[in-house]
Amino acid sequence: MTDLPDRTERKLGLVIDLDVCVGCHACVVSCKAWNTSGYGSSLADTEPYGPNPSGAWLNRVHGYEEGEGESAAVVHFPKSCLHCEDAPCVTVCPTGASFKREKDGIVLVDESRCMGCGLCAWACPYGAREMDPAAGVMKKCTLCVDRIYNENLPEDDREPACVRTCPTNARFFGDFADPDSNVSRIVAERGGFDLMPEQGTKPVNKYLPPSERRGAQALQIPQDRLDALSDSSLSGILAWVDRALSRL
Amino acid sequence: MHPALSIILFTTLSGAGLGLGFWLGMSAVGSTFQLTAVTALLSITLAGGGLMASVFHLRRPTRAWRALSQWRTSWLSREGIVAPLALAALFAHAVAEWTGTQGSNAIGLLAAALCAGAVFATSMIYKQIRAVAAWSSWLTPSMFLGLAAAGGAMLGVAVESVADQAGNAALIGAIALNLVAWILVCSWWMRLDRVGMGTSDIKSATGLGAKGGVRQLEPPHTGSNYLLTEMGYSVARKHSAKLRMIALLTGGLVPVVLTGCALQWADAPFLVPAAILHLAGVGISRWLFFAEARHTVQLYYGGR
Repeated sequence: MTDLPDRTERKLGLVIDLDVCVGCHACVVSCKAWNTSGYGSSLADTEPYGPNPSGAWLNRVHGYEEGEGESAAVVHFPKSCLHCEDAPCVTVCPTGASFKREKDGIVLVDESRCMGCGLCAWACPYGAREMDPAAGVMKKCTLCVDRIYNENLPEDDREPACVRTCPTNARFFGDFADPDSNVSRIVAERGGFDLMPEQGTKPVNKYLPPSERRGAQALQIPQDRLDALSDSSLSGILAWVDRALSRL
Repeated sequence: MHPALSIILFTTLSGAGLGLGFWLGMSAVGSTFQLTAVTALLSITLAGGGLMASVFHLRRPTRAWRALSQWRTSWLSREGIVAPLALAALFAHAVAEWTGTQGSNAIGLLAAALCAGAVFATSMIYKQIRAVAAWSSWLTPSMFLGLAAAGGAMLGVAVESVADQAGNAALIGAIALNLVAWILVCSWWMRLDRVGMGTSDIKSATGLGAKGGVRQLEPPHTGSNYLLTEMGYSVARKHSAKLRMIALLTGGLVPVVLTGCALQWADAPFLVPAAILHLAGVGISRWLFFAEARHTVQLYYGGR
């Protein structure tokens, strides 16, 4: 049923570190690669090599600029389903295809029940759901439900494909219901935050803010180092080279 | 939001058909057996046709029957259950009237309640979506109910007028309902202009902004995608003022004037064109209802 569980035993989700993400899109590609051959129908593209490529993806990396002038910094911003505690996409579903699991809080679509009305995608404020252009059913992040419990995989691989592949460790996977889990601790230490809390969705996934030091200003070389490079303060062999070159 | 033709037809035709069913069930129209039968047929055809049109919106229409299952949480499911029940009750009412069965009035009242409930459920599908601030207001159900009542009344007096049975009280009622409905539409538009995308902005959407402004630098994909075609619709804003005026004139003002003329010159055929124009105007306003409404996902793509 599309009733939301009062509480879930575990709250599995992701932490995304906006300070560390370099915007390489490896998580986007590995997500597509895993999920096009994993849970449910394949993730279709239309005109992938044509003039207007389009298709269903479960994870997308946006690029933003924050701040003004010299202090402005680029922030790469991966976005996928936040597996909300109060998921509006689930309750609007008329067929019972969308559901939130009581066991671990993962929000899933039972594709065999989905009639492709698209109402859940409208209800999601984050744009986390995309209609599959070929299968005509709703697609969304499954938190790689077919990896994380998969005993046929080596234990290292039993985490979502995006987390496993991230080359900068900008993504963490864990149980937010456990206050001592890796994700709970990181969120507490680094001030993890919710996206659009005013929408009342209570997202499980959290984001870590970019650090204060970022931006061109942070890269400005202190004046004493600049002075050290000016010829007046050169001495020894560097001073001789400087003089010799200046005379040429 | 993407203004899908199937959904515009569905909400416009079903709204008017169910509105007509409401007035029929309340015995406000259908003064003779024949008129009851014709009115019931028109109501069921419009509402049923609208429901059929809505099925074309589905990517997997053969699974539409599953939509009857989630009435506990889903307004779309509730709508899918109540609307066919309303049509069945209207049919039963018409048969009861025709055969002179006792309790026909009670069946009529039940049908009226179900018709109103179906329109309300349709409107709640939109009202419940917080991500679309323009829809997320009690003005949305008020407007849907108001337009359905007005459309039903316009159709009702049009059918009566064909048989020279349109009474002055019904005509005045239709004028009043039309005025109320379009006042609600105008209030809805004024609210839309005020709320925009609601309290969410690019800062709350990204959690950034501690250092100042947040701007989109590069989108996540070079082509279009489902999110942009479905929720990034922005064509309407260019002509919205003109289209609102056209909707208001076609759906409200001209039908009201024509109905007024019918009060004066009872023999002339004013009411059928008035009802058709009204439906066309509602259709345009419904196109705007979708096209002008903005979804918070636009924030992630640099929308303001």
